[in-house]
Amino acid sequence: MSPADSRGVRGQGAAAVLDPESAEWVQMLTGTGSRREVALVRLHEMLVRIALGEVRRRGPQLRIAGPELDDLAYQAAGDALIAITGKIGQFRGESLFTTWAYKFVILNVSAKIGRHFWRNPTVPLAAEEWDRLPDRFGFDPAREAEWRDLLAALQRVVNEQLTPRQRRVFVAIVLNDVPLDTLVIELASNRNAIYKTLFDARRKLRAALVTNGYLPDELSRR
Amino acid sequence: MDGWSELDNLLRTDPRDVGCAEALEMLHVYAELSAAGGPVEQRYPGIAAHLRACGPCGQDFEGLLAAVRRGSK
Repeated sequence: MSPADSRGVRGQGAAAVLDPESAEWVQMLTGTGSRREVALVRLHEMLVRIALGEVRRRGPQLRIAGPELDDLAYQAAGDALIAITGKIGQFRGESLFTTWAYKFVILNVSAKIGRHFWRNPTVPLAAEEWDRLPDRFGFDPAREAEWRDLLAALQRVVNEQLTPRQRRVFVAIVLNDVPLDTLVIELASNRNAIYKTLFDARRKLRAALVTNGYLPDELSRR
Repeated sequence: MDGWSELDNLLRTDPRDVGCAEALEMLHVYAELSAAGGPVEQRYPGIAAHLRACGPCGQDFEGLLAAVRRGSK
């Protein structure tokens, strides 16, 4: 049984009794003197190990490799260490301390990768790559007339029914394959807001394509 | 899966989807329970729906899950 299970998985805002290892981490990191210094070194080593593991896990999907990828991991671990020590008062014991700490470093790796793509884009962020869609969706060449009709309808709805911001987000993420975290930087926004914009755009586009008979409605899904 | 299904899946939204902020807030709890084989989808259907639909949060979840599994060995 996991620590989360054994404590019944608390909801947000509830306090929990810490497991001994987590309690020790919190005690050391909120203390002073050499004990805290030792704990910081240990925590940093752990975060670097997790960050290196994460960039290697994601490596095959990235255009970053070697020392640059390792640098990214070390930067993410350093930023995570600062965030963890600054927010340790918010740790509620809903998971092991180490799991909570790992989350910071994983999110920092994501943010660093998004920033890397923003500095080194493979396509202009404002381009419109409609020609990439047939390959992306894997349409059958034998049915080209049908899917060209569908994609023309999609493009029409994107142009006529989305708000300018929904359109920009949809085009960047779906057409141009811009990572969402990169768009967060480009638009000086946050992941939640960009996702919500895309969510609303997806819902609006699907509703229009269903209304016009291009996609099945909820009850007749293939 | 044909192109129609791919496009349909991309555009289809789940009303239970809680969004990135709420999913990330609970990601450590969700990942730990998931690593232990717990009933995450039943306990947190809104987070499960989000992680299926949001590429970046799904990627973060996979990374955290891998870290938890490595850490427990």
